Amino acid sequence: MSQDNGPSPWTVLAAGLWRENPIFALVIGLCPTMAVTNTVTNALVMGVATLVVLVGSSTLVSALRKVTPGPVRITIYIIIIATFVSAVDWALAALLPAAHKQLGAFISLIVVNCIILGRAEAFAARNAVWPAVLDALGMSLGFTLAMLMISAPREILGSGTLLGHPLFGPRFEPWVIMVLPPGGFLTMATELAILAWWRQRLAARRAPAEAT
Amino acid sequence: MDDLVWIFANASVINNFTLAYFLGLCPFFGVTNRIETAFRLGLANLFVLVITSLSATLLDRYVLVHAPYLQLISYIVVIAGTVQFVEMAIKKLSPALFRALGIFLPLITTNCAILGLALFQSSKGYGLVQGLVYATGAGAGLTLAMVIMAGLREEIELAPISKLLRGVALNFFVAGVLSLAFMGFAGLFAKG
Repeated sequence: MSQDNGPSPWTVLAAGLWRENPIFALVIGLCPTMAVTNTVTNALVMGVATLVVLVGSSTLVSALRKVTPGPVRITIYIIIIATFVSAVDWALAALLPAAHKQLGAFISLIVVNCIILGRAEAFAARNAVWPAVLDALGMSLGFTLAMLMISAPREILGSGTLLGHPLFGPRFEPWVIMVLPPGGFLTMATELAILAWWRQRLAARRAPAEAT
Repeated sequence: MDDLVWIFANASVINNFTLAYFLGLCPFFGVTNRIETAFRLGLANLFVLVITSLSATLLDRYVLVHAPYLQLISYIVVIAGTVQFVEMAIKKLSPALFRALGIFLPLITTNCAILGLALFQSSKGYGLVQGLVYATGAGAGLTLAMVIMAGLREEIELAPISKLLRGVALNFFVAGVLSLAFMGFAGLFAKG
């Protein structure tokens, strides 16, 4: 599509989804990941809100990268991000008041989500607008994917529902701890351990292949 | 008086910012490999929390009544300024600590606990004194959680644990167990 020497658009998009997944590979942006993953609905709303903020702020940071003075760039990024978050916050309060109430301060706390400032500094400030948008899309989709992977087991085990629909019969005894704070840590720990095991297996399978 | 005691206990142990609200997880996992460093970063956080609480109360009272949509932007600018100040102070007073804290010192700005405190205190409608007590409690709770975590991690370092679990996954397991333990405070000071 383009002649420039950068990576292809697909690579940029896919990096955030898996290889550089903010949650499972880089382990940043943990606070919202743990806090709003008690139901799948919350995780989805949070994911979409983060997507809007990340794409918006990355676009603006990238568009302004030539006129942003170096020493005060972080402050400028923060103000750009805070502006988008305020907009999303007020929009959600108007459009989805119930979800907004559920998430509470965590929508406002998107401002201090390290993923957003991290992408502004590491990618958007050094690339043209189009790749920056792709990178933001990939990262926020990866973030949403990770949050769904954490929230699904928590909601299924902790309240016996998925997206609010009951899954099991009335005999099901909910595993309440899963929707409480400890459940977040334990689910995340289990998934990280499974991923580590899986990566190790992949590496072990690849090693003999390369040796021959 | 009783009220203030409750606010302090609530912020520090019952609804511990790190273990119940998941605020400030980055330093909680990042700098808790040694007790000493964890303790000092905790204190730096406590200081920033108290200043932020004070500034947020003033902002709420004099600026934000006229322009509520500026809440987030004004909070974050004040926090960034305070952190910059603390950074300069620590660099001057204790260069060794400055090096030990490294990147996590400027990152206090993006520590959700700080902005979270300002937002929570404003939504709970705390006044000046209540806000300050809340901030001190939150800072104490944060420090407590980080020191306990660092202590556990120093011990775990020596334990024979599968290589697969070592690292991030293990830290999350430990945090989960700690969080379970802190749930035991839930009934503290309950009325009736």
